[in-house]
Amino acid sequence: MSEHLLTELTIFILAVFVGIEVISKVPTTLHTPLMSATNAIHGIVLVGAILVAGVEDPKLGWFLSIVVVTLASLNVFGGFTVTERMLQMFKPRATPPAQGDGKQ
Amino acid sequence: MTDVTVAQFIVDAIYLITGVCFIVGLRLLSSPKTARLGNRIAAAGMFVAVVATAFEMEPSAWWIVLIGVVLGAAGGIYSARAVKMTAMPQMVALFNGAGGGAAAMVSTAEFLKLYDPAATSGMPPDQTITIMLSSIIGSLSFAGSIIAFLKLQELMTGRPITYPGQQVVNALVALAIVGCAVCVVAGVSPLATYFVAFGGALVLGVLFVLPIGGADMPVIISLLNSFTGLAAAMTGFVLGNNVLIISGALVGASGTLLTVLMGKAMNRSITNVLFGAFGAIKTAAGGEAAAGSSGGSVRAATAEDVATMLAYAKQVVIVPGYGMAVAQAQHSVRDLAAQLEKKGVEVKYAIHPVAGRMPGHMNVLLAEANVPYPQLYDMEDINPEFPRTDVALIIGANDVTNPAARNVPSSPIYGMPILDVDKAANIVVLKRSMNPGFAGIDNPLYEDPKTVMLFGDAKKSVDELAATVKSL
Repeated sequence: MSEHLLTELTIFILAVFVGIEVISKVPTTLHTPLMSATNAIHGIVLVGAILVAGVEDPKLGWFLSIVVVTLASLNVFGGFTVTERMLQMFKPRATPPAQGDGKQ
Repeated sequence: MTDVTVAQFIVDAIYLITGVCFIVGLRLLSSPKTARLGNRIAAAGMFVAVVATAFEMEPSAWWIVLIGVVLGAAGGIYSARAVKMTAMPQMVALFNGAGGGAAAMVSTAEFLKLYDPAATSGMPPDQTITIMLSSIIGSLSFAGSIIAFLKLQELMTGRPITYPGQQVVNALVALAIVGCAVCVVAGVSPLATYFVAFGGALVLGVLFVLPIGGADMPVIISLLNSFTGLAAAMTGFVLGNNVLIISGALVGASGTLLTVLMGKAMNRSITNVLFGAFGAIKTAAGGEAAAGSSGGSVRAATAEDVATMLAYAKQVVIVPGYGMAVAQAQHSVRDLAAQLEKKGVEVKYAIHPVAGRMPGHMNVLLAEANVPYPQLYDMEDINPEFPRTDVALIIGANDVTNPAARNVPSSPIYGMPILDVDKAANIVVLKRSMNPGFAGIDNPLYEDPKTVMLFGDAKKSVDELAATVKSL
């Protein structure tokens, strides 16, 4: 039991270090997309939501089970979509600047 | 491994792949060239994890999950497509709250599964401790994110809400939550105390975001992001699910890092942001500053004057602030920059770390207007450029250019690193009126002899400038 907890704690702490290492390399230009991407990643609770909602007799009752899956899916789908939308806009070079008309 | 079924082994292997996808995805976010790929790899990782989990469902319950996923996907994708880039912080806050709420509810379900009213002995403490952490942090993040959303969306006042004894009330609520959590772990009427702790965390979430406002919003958004990450990781402990632990830890680390970065950019510690009630101090100091500076005068200029100054400059640095975004002037600014470049003027953008309402927000707003990202400069890179700059063009930015942060120790923003626009040969400030900025502090820059003011709507003014430059 406690050995199990220790293993999980090890994974957690190592992942924190990996996170710090990886994220500190992200330039300020991309901090908003970074935040919305990590935001989408914590939508992984969807896995947990499915595990507690997708059982014979969900402890939260059917209504709250739908709510928990909805919340987590909102987080996942919204997060990745909005990140994709933002990243599309980052362009390396000026597209012919002269005939810029305010649209894409 | 004998006690692990083959199916479980496969699912765990897929979760490992998901964890790797998330790490690689975040790694690729370190360059604008690879960032999209990174986001897609992370999304693919999420997809396989969800599909693998779906195979573990009871067939009788699939409709519950299906309805939830369809509702969430529809709502999420629709709002993510419809949202304006200026409204990105509140969108992130909303999704963040959804994740936190889900984490808290998952742990509640696990608690109810564990809870046995007839049991004489307590529940295993390593289970109850992680359940309590997950549901408390999750509901705190849920309620806090909703308040942050309401503030940013201006459905309630964006100013800090303070009252006497606020910190005492918050401390008492926090203490009550901890007390209840201890009761749950110790097995003292666990069912009742669990829900009191849960409700208390919701209340605390509301209370601790109320006094935070104005320029501190980027910090709180990052902090809430980190909270939901932690809640997800704790949920992973509860369910014994490694992918939740890994992902939650990644997000927690990222949110914390950004929170610290934002705090540094404003020269304030996190405790100061959370408990300092910036607004309350400021209103008092603001009055004083206004009285003290009433002797100075400002010079107003016409669009023609400014356009000439810009067109014959060698280097122009544009300092965009949130005011530019509110006026939807990004595209006009880009057009003005294009006109200037045609005249051989070097145009650069100076981005203060807390420009906008969340970390990196201004970069996104300019990217939306097709400003190429190599023209965007961080504070450290652009500050040495100002002495060589002919014109610093400030559009809707205020506090991040306020020299009081450098030389007025009594100023509430004293010590905050700022953009050294006052070192440029000429300073042009585009402003709607002489109203003080978001933080409510007067800006002595406006009385600098090198400064001229161009009053009016930012978009109209910039359009006029672009047209005039073109005709020169």
